[in-house]
Amino acid sequence: METLLSIIFIYIFVENFVLQRFFGICPFLGVSRKMETAVGMSMAVIFVMTLATLVTWLLYTYVLVPFGLTYLQIVTFILVIASLVQLVETVLRKISPTLYQGLGIFLPLITTNCAVLAVTLLAIRQEFSLVESIVFSIAAAIGFALALIIMAGIRERLEMAEIPEVLQGSAVTLITAGILSIAFMGFQGMLTL
Amino acid sequence: MLIVYAIAALGLIGLLFGLMLAAAAKVFYVEIDPRVEAVSELVPGANCGACGFAGCMKFSEAVVNGEAEPGDCIPAGEETVAEIARVLGKEVSASGSPIATLFCIGDSYKTADTYIYDGVEDCKVAGEMYGGFKACSYGCLGLGNCVRVCPFDAIEMGAHGLPVVDKVKCTGCGLCASACPRDLIKMLPAGDEGHLVLCASQDRGKTVSRACEVGCIACKACVKACPEEAIEMNDKLAVIDLEKCTDCGECVAKCPPGTIHPRSAIPTAEEAAARAAEKEKESA
Repeated sequence: METLLSIIFIYIFVENFVLQRFFGICPFLGVSRKMETAVGMSMAVIFVMTLATLVTWLLYTYVLVPFGLTYLQIVTFILVIASLVQLVETVLRKISPTLYQGLGIFLPLITTNCAVLAVTLLAIRQEFSLVESIVFSIAAAIGFALALIIMAGIRERLEMAEIPEVLQGSAVTLITAGILSIAFMGFQGMLTL
Repeated sequence: MLIVYAIAALGLIGLLFGLMLAAAAKVFYVEIDPRVEAVSELVPGANCGACGFAGCMKFSEAVVNGEAEPGDCIPAGEETVAEIARVLGKEVSASGSPIATLFCIGDSYKTADTYIYDGVEDCKVAGEMYGGFKACSYGCLGLGNCVRVCPFDAIEMGAHGLPVVDKVKCTGCGLCASACPRDLIKMLPAGDEGHLVLCASQDRGKTVSRACEVGCIACKACVKACPEEAIEMNDKLAVIDLEKCTDCGECVAKCPPGTIHPRSAIPTAEEAAARAAEKEKESA
């Protein structure tokens, strides 16, 4: 139980996927302009990360390891994530049109989100058990969501601020991201596994 | 040998997932009404929301389901609306799209400023600072909230500090009207007929004439001059009923500050710029 709790804390704050590990910077900068899209993207990431980790962990432990094919890890995981997202989209569309509408365009976008691949690979490298892996993936996704939502909140306020001309647009966004990352470094060393 | 295993394993996994996806596509197949797709291809696709639905796709669904009329898509224009109706086998009630019109002509030469505003470029924010930097608390502040919100590039800021609507590009979606914090933009029926009192001030005549050269001072001269009785006083502002107006022009001659203009004389962007340049020359 203690391990699980520390996994949750570490991967939301200490090792935040976006602000400390620098995974998934593309959606972090791309969809953080509005709070609404940021929340949509966050929900989709939480959903897909958890599912992807579950499937890849099982595939790795019960297929790749027994057959000695662990060097195919990255390729198979990419394949799994891509088809999984497609599958989830097809199924959701039929079973829950509301959820499908809610996740919308973000679901297919996640296929190419490196944070998802990173979660699945790290779960294996850290030698987590199945339960730990799933908790880890949820925590990592929440960390991603946290960073994205904080960023969206700041950027919505920046819209109203008067920014020097040279810094307008992506420059101020990148500076903001940098400061956010430095702020999160305050958690560094607080807890280790 | 290793490479054969690798290819075989990956190929097998790929095949497995492929089959799974193919099966899922069959089992979880969702029928999309082909008419929805046809309609969504016809509508302008600007997602302006003038129809009241969340985007063009939702509107297309609503039209097909009978929850909306093809004519509800305001920017579509008559041809597109007819086209949509043809897809659905419906009749259309034809009417031109409305045009956004600014009810203020107090530009930076005609209306005094009370202080120098150096804040955010936003009419709403500026308007809340001591009632705005313009002497007239009803007039257009010219910071361009309407310009920014227009999805069709139909409004630009004129050289004289008032936005100018391009009547050809304006699709009548009405986003600018709701973006204006002072409600100075009204959506008028298509066409150039009729005269308008281009002022929104509800101040007393004296206050108006002190703040602005061209504001309505509520003298009622136009009301008396109109042979069609098309002009009425709405509190301290004259309002012309466009349906009764015959474009005789009697009111224009009688209006002391010159607030009334025929709709056809509302300047285009080029005319407004030329007029501003002329003023510039005069003062220099």
